[in-house]
Amino acid sequence: MLTFIGIGLYDEKDISIKGLEAVRAADRVYIEFYTSTLSGTSIEKLQTFYGRRINLLTREDIEQNPDWLNYAKTENIVMLTGGDAMVSTTHIDLRLRAIDLGIETTIIHGPSIISAVPGLTGLQNYRFGKSASIPYPYTSKGKTIISHTPYDIITSNLHTDMHTLIFLDIDPVKGYMTIRQACELLLTVDSLRKEIDLKGRLAVGVARAGSPDPVVKALPLNKLMDFDFGAPLHILVVPAQLHFMEAEALVKLAEA
Amino acid sequence: MGRRKKMVERVTVLMNEPEMIRNIGIVAHIDHGKTTLTDNILAGAGMISKELAGRQLFTDSDEEEQERGITIDSACVSMVHEYQDKEYLINLIDTPGHVDFGGDVTRAMRAVDGAVIVIDAVEGTMPQTETVLRQALKEHVKPVLFINKVDRLVNELQVDLQEMQNRLGKLIDHVNKLIKGMNEEKYKAGWRVDASNGTVAFGSALYNWAISVPFIEKSGVGFKEVYDFCHKEDMKSLAENCPLHEVMNDMIIRFLPSPIDAQKDRVNVIWHGDKTSKTGKDMMEANPDGELAFMVTDISMDPHAGEVSTGRLFSGSIKRGMEIYVSGTTNTNRVQQVGVFMGPERLEVETIPAGNIAAVTGIRDAYVGATVSTIMDMIPFESIKHASEPVVTVAVEAKHMKDLPKLVEVLRQVAKEDNTLKITINEETGEHLLSGMGELHLEIIGHRIERDKGVEITTSAPLVVYRETVQKHAGPTEGKSPNRHNRFYIDVEPLDNEIVDLIKSGEVSMRMPELERRNKFMENGMAKDEAKGITQIYESNIIINMTKGIQYLNETMELIIDGFEEVMKAGPLTREPCQGIKVRLVDAKLHEDAIHRGPAQVIPAVRSAIHAAMLMADDTLLEPYQKVFIQVPQNNMGGATSEIQGRRGVISDMSQEGDMTIIESKAPVAELFGFAGDIRSATEGRAMWSTEFAGFETLPNSLLKEIVTQIRQRKGLKLEIPKPSDFISQ
Repeated sequence: MLTFIGIGLYDEKDISIKGLEAVRAADRVYIEFYTSTLSGTSIEKLQTFYGRRINLLTREDIEQNPDWLNYAKTENIVMLTGGDAMVSTTHIDLRLRAIDLGIETTIIHGPSIISAVPGLTGLQNYRFGKSASIPYPYTSKGKTIISHTPYDIITSNLHTDMHTLIFLDIDPVKGYMTIRQACELLLTVDSLRKEIDLKGRLAVGVARAGSPDPVVKALPLNKLMDFDFGAPLHILVVPAQLHFMEAEALVKLAEA
Repeated sequence: MGRRKKMVERVTVLMNEPEMIRNIGIVAHIDHGKTTLTDNILAGAGMISKELAGRQLFTDSDEEEQERGITIDSACVSMVHEYQDKEYLINLIDTPGHVDFGGDVTRAMRAVDGAVIVIDAVEGTMPQTETVLRQALKEHVKPVLFINKVDRLVNELQVDLQEMQNRLGKLIDHVNKLIKGMNEEKYKAGWRVDASNGTVAFGSALYNWAISVPFIEKSGVGFKEVYDFCHKEDMKSLAENCPLHEVMNDMIIRFLPSPIDAQKDRVNVIWHGDKTSKTGKDMMEANPDGELAFMVTDISMDPHAGEVSTGRLFSGSIKRGMEIYVSGTTNTNRVQQVGVFMGPERLEVETIPAGNIAAVTGIRDAYVGATVSTIMDMIPFESIKHASEPVVTVAVEAKHMKDLPKLVEVLRQVAKEDNTLKITINEETGEHLLSGMGELHLEIIGHRIERDKGVEITTSAPLVVYRETVQKHAGPTEGKSPNRHNRFYIDVEPLDNEIVDLIKSGEVSMRMPELERRNKFMENGMAKDEAKGITQIYESNIIINMTKGIQYLNETMELIIDGFEEVMKAGPLTREPCQGIKVRLVDAKLHEDAIHRGPAQVIPAVRSAIHAAMLMADDTLLEPYQKVFIQVPQNNMGGATSEIQGRRGVISDMSQEGDMTIIESKAPVAELFGFAGDIRSATEGRAMWSTEFAGFETLPNSLLKEIVTQIRQRKGLKLEIPKPSDFISQ
C-alpha cells in the first residue's frame, strides 16, 4: 500500500490530522523536496514532530530508480510531498508506476499553493487559465536561451481574459527563483516579442504563502520587480481584466 | 640593420596602396624547392645577401625545420620589389610541402590571393602538387607556375635540347589539365598557365636563375643558351644573365592579382553573408575605412609579446589599442601591437590597412580560423577546410607530475597555433589525447612541446582515430527523458556520399542562407522535405527535423542539437567520432511546462534515442587510409611491394621512369606505423616515398569485434559491446 500525502505549504503543522495519523502508522516514511519545499521547517523538525524517521529521496530515486516502491507491495509506505500530493506530474507518474507494479495507492490531500494564491490575493479561482513555470535560462554553445513558454501562456490567457499563475524555478544549484528574477526574464522576452506590453501590466507577487507573515503585493510588473518580498518561496500572478470584486480585493489585500 | 630599417619605411608607405600589393604563397610538393625559391626572392629584394641565398633557408626559422631540412610552419615575410620603375609590396608566405602539415597550406591559402606553384622538372607533378593546387583553386587563389631544377634535366637525365623542351611542354599541359579539372570556371576565365604570356617560368632556385618567354624576348637568352650553360655547368653566368627574382617579379606582379582585384571575387567564396550589406561591400572593395574584418590564419608564440595572430585583413584598418571582437564571443579584446613579419622577426607599425597580411598581439580569444571584427556579431568567414582530417592520436603525459598544469596550458597553446590538432581528455583515465594528421606531425609537435615549451613529456604509441557510421536505416526509436515526461522519436540512416562530400568540401554549411543551402542539398539528391528540415550539420553528420507544428519544440531545439552533437562526437560503439550519419527527428512529445524539459531532461533523451537507433542500424567503424607513392630502383622493387602488400595495402598502379619504378598504392593508417623504418631496410634505403590522406573505408568485418574491444578497453568502457536495449528505458 502506497499513500501519497500532501503536507501543505509552510511548516510541519500544515499536514492534516488524517495525514499525520497515516505517517505515524506507516512502516516506512519517504519524502522528496525537489518539486517543492516547506520553507518554514526542516527534515529534522518534521521527524521530531511526526515522531518518525523520514527517508529523503533524491530526484533520481523517484524518476529513474524507484526501487523503494517495491516495499509497498508488502508494507504500508507513505510518500510525503510539499503542497498537495498530485500537483507535480512526477507524482502522477509515480502513482501510475506503482499501479503497474500491482500496488494499491491512495491520496491524503494537503493545502496547495494553487488554492492559496486565489485565497491570499482575492483573485477568483475560476478565472485562472493555464499555469506556467519560469525556468532558469540555460546556455548552449555560449548562447543563453530563455524559454518563451511562460510568455506564450500569459499571452494566450490574456486573449481569453484569464489570469496566469506562474511557478518559479527551484534549482539545486541556482536556488529558489525570486519574483525579481522572474520579472527580469519575462521583460527580456517581452522586449523581444513586444506583443502584450508586460512592463506596465499589473502583476501580483506572493511570498511565503501559508506562513504567519505572507507578503502580497500588486504593482505594474516593472515596479513589482523592485519590491522587496523577503525570503522564498515566491510566486507570481499576471491577472487579466479585473472583476470589480477582484479590484477591491487587490486594493485591500495587496496594497494596489 | 640600416637596410632593414629602410625596408620597413618603404613597406609602411606601400601598405596604403593596395594596387601595389601582392599577397602570395609559394606551394609545392616536398623537396621541390619552395624554401630555396623564397630565399632567392628575398635576396632579390635585398633582404639577405645573394651569396647566402639558397643556403640560409631564411623562412625556416625553427631549429627543427633546419635540422630536418623541411619547412614546417608557414612563415610570412613582407618585402619591397622594384618593377618597371615602380615599387611593389610583396607579402610572401612559404608553406610546408609534407602532407602531415597540410593544414598550414590550407590556412595560408586564405591569406593570399596568388600562388606560385613550384614543380621539380624531373619529378613532375606529385600528389601534393595536386593537393596544394586544389586548395589554391578552391580558395580562388590564382596560380602561376615555376618549373624548378631545369638543370637536372640536362645534367642528370642527359636529355637533348628538343627533349628538354618537350618535357617542359608536357609538364605545363599536365598542370593545365589539373587546373581545368579542379575549377573549370576559372580555367575558362583565363587561369590556365601559359609559357607564351609569361605565367610560366623555368629555372633553378638553387642556382638563382630563371627565364620566361617575355624575358627571352627581352634578353635574348633562350632555351638554347640555357641548355648550353647547363651543359657546361656554368650556373654563375646564367644567374648573372637571368636573375631569378627579376623573372619571378615579372610573373608575380603582372599576373597575380592585387588585393583590390582579388577581394572582389574571393569574398564570394570565403564569406557567405549578404554581399550587398555594408560589411560585404567594404570587403569586396578592401575599404580601409570600413569596419574591421580580419581572419586569423596563424598563431605563434613570441617570448616577449605572447601570442601573435597573423592573418589577412579584408576590410578596415587595424591599429594599436583598438577594441575588437572575436566572432562567437561577446567580450572585447584590445589590440596591443600590430606589425609585419620579416622572416622570424616581427616589426611593429602604427596601423595596417585592408588588403595586407598583419601580425597582431593582444587578441586573447583568437584561434586559427577566427574572424575578428569591430562588429560584435559579424557573420564569420567560412571555416578553413582541410584536405586531411586528424587520423592519428597519441596520449601525452608530463614526465614529472609537477609539470601537469603547465602541460595543460601548453597543449591548449599548440592546438591554438595549429588547428589541425585536436586535444581531448579521456574522462576515464584523465590522459590528454593529441590527434593530428600523421605519425610525423605528432612527433614534431611532441618535440616542440619539449624543446620550445620546456615540458618533458612521454607519449604513447600512436593510435588510429576511427569513425563510427551506420550501414542501414533503423528506427524510429523512442528516447525518454529521465523524468519520463518527454519522448523523442528518432531514426537514422547513412547519408549519401554526394552529401557527405558536399559537407566535407565546405560547399554547404549552416552559415549560408537557408534557401541556398536547401537548393544545394536538393541538387545533390536530397528529398525536399528533408532538405527543408535540416537543423544542424556537425562534422559530416546532419540532424533533420521532420516534425510539424509541435508546440514548444522551437525552444527545445538547441538542446536536441546538443544531444545530437554529443553522440556525433562519440558514437555508442567505441566513443569515436561519427561520420556520414543522417539523424531524423520524426516526432516528439513534450511536457507542457518548461521546467520539465530543461537540459538535464532533453539531452539524455535525445542521446539515448540516437545511440539505440545507431546500434540497430549496423553501427560500424571506418578506418583512415593513406595513399602511398613510392619511387624505387627496379632492383629494390620487390621489397617495396611486399611492404605494401604486408600491410593490407593495395597497389593501384606501377610505372617506369628510367630505371626507377613508381608505385601508387593505398593502405590503412593502422598498418602504416613504423613504415618509414621498414621500407628503408626493405629497399636498402633506396626508396623515396610520400603519403597523402585517402579518406575513410569500412573496417573489414573480420577485424571489427577485435578493434571495438581494443578501443573500449583502452577507453575504460565496459568490454561488452553495447546493445540497443541498453539505451531504451522501460
